[in-house]
Amino acid sequence: MAELWRPIRKILREPLGALGLFLVLFVIFGAVFADLLTGWDPTKINPRDRFQGPSADHLMGTDQLGRDLFARVLYGGRIALFVALVSTAVSLVIGIILGLIAGYGPRWLDNLMILLFDAMKSFPTVMLALALVTLMGPSLTAVMVVVVLVTVPGYARIIRTQTIALKTSEYVTAAQSMGASSARILRVHILPNVIGPLVILASMDIPVVIGIEAGMSFLGLGVRPPTPSWGSILNDGFTNIRDTAWIAIAGGVPIIITTLGFTFLGETLRDVFDPRLKGR
Amino acid sequence: MLSYFFKRLGLAAAIVSVAMFLLFCMIYLIPGDPASVALGPRATEEMRAALREKMGLNQPVLVQFWNFYIGAWTGDLGDEVLSGRPVTTVVFEQLPYTLALIVGGITWSVALGIPLGCWAAVSRGSWADRVVGILSVAVIAVPSFVIAIYALLIFAVELRWLPAIGAGEPGNLGDQLTHLILPSLAVGLGWVGYIARMVRASMLEVLEASHIRTARAFGLPDRTITYRYALSIAILPTVTLLGVGIGQMLSSAVFAEIVFARPGVGKLVYDAILTRNFPIVTGTVLITTVLFVLLNLLADLIIGALDPRVRSSF
Repeated sequence: MAELWRPIRKILREPLGALGLFLVLFVIFGAVFADLLTGWDPTKINPRDRFQGPSADHLMGTDQLGRDLFARVLYGGRIALFVALVSTAVSLVIGIILGLIAGYGPRWLDNLMILLFDAMKSFPTVMLALALVTLMGPSLTAVMVVVVLVTVPGYARIIRTQTIALKTSEYVTAAQSMGASSARILRVHILPNVIGPLVILASMDIPVVIGIEAGMSFLGLGVRPPTPSWGSILNDGFTNIRDTAWIAIAGGVPIIITTLGFTFLGETLRDVFDPRLKGR
Repeated sequence: MLSYFFKRLGLAAAIVSVAMFLLFCMIYLIPGDPASVALGPRATEEMRAALREKMGLNQPVLVQFWNFYIGAWTGDLGDEVLSGRPVTTVVFEQLPYTLALIVGGITWSVALGIPLGCWAAVSRGSWADRVVGILSVAVIAVPSFVIAIYALLIFAVELRWLPAIGAGEPGNLGDQLTHLILPSLAVGLGWVGYIARMVRASMLEVLEASHIRTARAFGLPDRTITYRYALSIAILPTVTLLGVGIGQMLSSAVFAEIVFARPGVGKLVYDAILTRNFPIVTGTVLITTVLFVLLNLLADLIIGALDPRVRSSF
């Protein structure tokens, strides 16, 4: 238990880290306990109550269809966190595998993969997203595919660099001379040593991922209506911006809180656990 | 320098080729064929077959890729589905609007980022330094479309200080610039943070250098040392940073164009998706990718010209 507390205490000692952790926990709490925190159905249309400002009944007001915005924001948090968790996990697995192959494999394969990563990184994110969605049709899967394509090259490159550095180290040479297979060397000797910085980088990418989901849903290319997403709430706010400001505020504030929370937390994590990455 | 130039140029060409290949694979592998996408669900089988024939989709894959590849290098990206005009013409009509927006974004980010970073470095460790640090992280974190919507809400809808939609009257430069202020703020604000952090870090490094110590020893005023001797060197890394940044600003520009109803490539692609005009989408993706690779190349060449160490390590 004490082992678990030490890193958390380190984060709490930094004011910005404490604030980040608080904001992140706040958002997770809202998303997890959404059905306990509000009695409203996020998709229930109620035309008589449209465009209401915040009140005791509707904490954040209602949108153009009379749906309760507080409920939509809470349930939208589930979508954002779900996409962030699942697609980051998938990206990490793919990035680790590709990075290990590039770093440990033959030179020509390494050069080829680096070229591939650079090419993937040269597509402007939104353009890539727009092209993919035209073909696949708007869906949460399309959002996750975009996230994976955008983040994998970065993860793979980090793993590759670290693997190359370790490949010639004495203990790896020793393992090789004892007849260990490449798979065993990668799994037992290299992977545990390269994964630390990657996890920190991935945690700093979470705001980017949440931004991609919200951005695509804002353009109507992510989740399908009436499913609530912060991006689609923001779009409702944008469409009705001359009638009321409350919808845009309800859609934007959670995005700001979440991205700030994860960024402050990620920066503190990096400074506390891996000062070498500072400024990356 | 010349061999560095050609090596770097070769690499850029290779990256663009691979990017084209990836784009082609994406079109080919993803279920749903461009002809049915263009015609919509109500089209008959004959109509689809005819369009497939016209777009060359019934030829073998390798032939299709070869045509696509050669066409792209010679500037032929196919014709638009609706009007039949060449995709290249349509995209290049819209590109200047987007470039204006990006230049506006760079102006904002440089005009705010360099002084902030410089101020933070000079007053290192003070509350000013901390505030600039937190603000930099904050503006980097918040997605640009949220900034765009809130800028629209505050300055155009509530306060009515600035216009909300369009690019301004053609020919009226003042009007066009007024229309550029808010969208380019949304595009550039995140980069204020990156530039401020970069300038601060490199200023701190430069301020330790021996030529600065010498200038101090000669008793030059602090102001001269900071701005003339230190800053002029410390802003060099921002050149590379902006090379990378333009690609991301292009993404932000798409949102800014949609929020502020401005013409530009972002609006073009967005509308093309709604009308299922697929050649426009791939054409724009390709042109913007080439643009991004070229700007990176340019930034690398500038740095290579300024710093011989970069050339020899390549």
